[in-house]
Amino acid sequence: MTEGTGKAPASGKPILSLRNVSKKFGAVSALTDIDLDVHAGEVVALVGDNGAGKSTLIKILAGVHQPTSGTIEFDGREVTLSNPGTALNMGIATVFQDLALCENLDVVANLFLGHELSPYRLDEVQMEVRAWTLLKELAARIPSVREPIASLSGGQRQTVAIARSLLLSPKIIMLDEPTAALGVAQTAEVLNLVDRVRDRGLGVIVISHNMEDVRAVADRIVVLRLGRNNGIFTPETSNQELVAAIMGATENAVSRRQDSKSVHEQALEQHP
Amino acid sequence: MSSKDGAATPALDRSDVRVRHEEGLVDLFWSFVDRVRSGDLGMLPVFVGLVLISVVFSSLNPVFLAPNNLVNLLFDCATVGVISLGIVCVLMLGEIDLSVGSMSGFASALVGVLWVNSGWPVAGAILAAIGSGMVVGFVYAFLYNRLGMPSFIASLAGLLAILGMQLYILGPTGSINLPYASALVSFGQILIMPAWLSHTLALIPGLVLVLSGFSVMRRRRAAGLTAAPMTFLVVKALALTALLEFGVYYLNLGRGVPWMFGFFVLLVVILDYALTRTKWGRSMFAVGGNREAARRSGINIRRIYTSAFVLCSTLAAVGGVLSAARLATSSQQAGTGDVNLNAIAAAVIGGTSLFGGRGSAYSALLGIIVIQAISNGLTLLNLSSSLRYMITGAVLAIAVIVDSLARRSRVSHGRA
Repeated sequence: MTEGTGKAPASGKPILSLRNVSKKFGAVSALTDIDLDVHAGEVVALVGDNGAGKSTLIKILAGVHQPTSGTIEFDGREVTLSNPGTALNMGIATVFQDLALCENLDVVANLFLGHELSPYRLDEVQMEVRAWTLLKELAARIPSVREPIASLSGGQRQTVAIARSLLLSPKIIMLDEPTAALGVAQTAEVLNLVDRVRDRGLGVIVISHNMEDVRAVADRIVVLRLGRNNGIFTPETSNQELVAAIMGATENAVSRRQDSKSVHEQALEQHP
Repeated sequence: MSSKDGAATPALDRSDVRVRHEEGLVDLFWSFVDRVRSGDLGMLPVFVGLVLISVVFSSLNPVFLAPNNLVNLLFDCATVGVISLGIVCVLMLGEIDLSVGSMSGFASALVGVLWVNSGWPVAGAILAAIGSGMVVGFVYAFLYNRLGMPSFIASLAGLLAILGMQLYILGPTGSINLPYASALVSFGQILIMPAWLSHTLALIPGLVLVLSGFSVMRRRRAAGLTAAPMTFLVVKALALTALLEFGVYYLNLGRGVPWMFGFFVLLVVILDYALTRTKWGRSMFAVGGNREAARRSGINIRRIYTSAFVLCSTLAAVGGVLSAARLATSSQQAGTGDVNLNAIAAAVIGGTSLFGGRGSAYSALLGIIVIQAISNGLTLLNLSSSLRYMITGAVLAIAVIVDSLARRSRVSHGRA
């Protein structure tokens, strides 16, 4: 297990630190004794196979699920994230995989949902101005903020979801598969966006299945396997080592395939 | 921002060239046609329905369009209309309350029993009736939020239970006559606004439209956003004012505008403001559109459900008090028969979706006018209630079919 010596060496105390967090759904242990630290100005990638517990962990931090046992420390204090509102107000923002947007409402209403300006006389003008400003900062291309979300494309919806998470100036932002549904240019834009968020001094947790994206953007890579910690790696770690940690063995389908491929390529080089 | 700056840099909301923006009246007309074609029908079915109803019924019986008949129509609209207003709230969340008829019947019975039989002051009896509505709403909210009981079943059980309570408190006599000279009964049967007042009130909507539109336009320009053209707003306000003034003039040829209808319209305006201009209203739309998304953005969805159920039952109780005043009696028949379905049909015909997340307070106002016009017209034709039920049932079915088809079309046109 290697300690994080990535691009931006994390310093001081972590903003968020989990100790021995477990979550059981009935007889199923989704998470067992998870430890995780996130510092300010650091991107932590959370990787693992399907069912490794990544999304469960994110949902616990977002206040959607409550852990069965273990402690969560935020800003040096032990906290209980009993509902999504608590997590949001504390400064933990989440972009869920299913984006969680209301299709019947327009972009402005979705951005400010639950945090509208002047609750007894909605300040639509001010909200619209802030929406446009925020979307411009993110270099986002949204045709109109007064169209319902239903009329936007997948990439535009992702942008709206990310913009919404930044609206409350959080300390930590969690992205669940932010690039899964995006094209090449939009993926690059989202990764740039993650860099920009990190440079602002926020802690970022990214879940992704795409190893290229993970290594391009992460300072540390935390591997989960079957609901347990399975090593912390730096972006310099080879793909094979990462895959091995994710699959739980050096001997597996992916590495076998890569081996045979490279043997095949060598053979091709020798006898073109 | 000076006009020179405006020319140099496009407004904040016009930097994307891919979106077509409507500039003139002609463009606005075509965007309206586009909206209707994609399934965003708005108030269109109501206007088509009203024109059809007026033509058919007035050709069968000219009394239908007589001013005094329309005044009676408005009296009748107010009672079920208030109930329908509550239905709008629960439909907005994609839920339903089938017990509003029983609730209104129980409230009207309670007024009679407490006021006439037990000698309470009339205000106390009314407050007790409305309070009973709030309690029932809290019970539904508890069953829904804590026990996960579908509102359909909970309110179906409530329909029977509350009807039983109504019969129980009325006892063997079965009906109580309210004092005919009382303020409550004259509010429900006689009280009419003076002509000058109704004409003045009819000016207000147009005036508010222009003034608020003007202030929004100024603030948008100041913030660097584009604003809708003023001409359109003025035309709309003028048309609205002309329509309202003509309506008031026509009603004043008869008895005039009932105070009870004015009270109903006031409730509609308040609910419309709450739904469109407050955080609570925004949360209602959000929960109706995507409950999980609303929960994750930190909205307390249990509180939203509770507010909707309580509002619905409370407004049903208010409607019951009004119907007691209208009929000058608290009887076993109050709130039975088609009251339930009329209230639900009115909301749906007015454009509130049964599927949640779409609707407006005005749908109760416009929908109930359609429903009551049909029922009033059929009564004038001396049709038996068996035929009336069948026809009203068919109208409700048509309204729901239009809603489903429009929704399907909206989904395929990306309008949700």
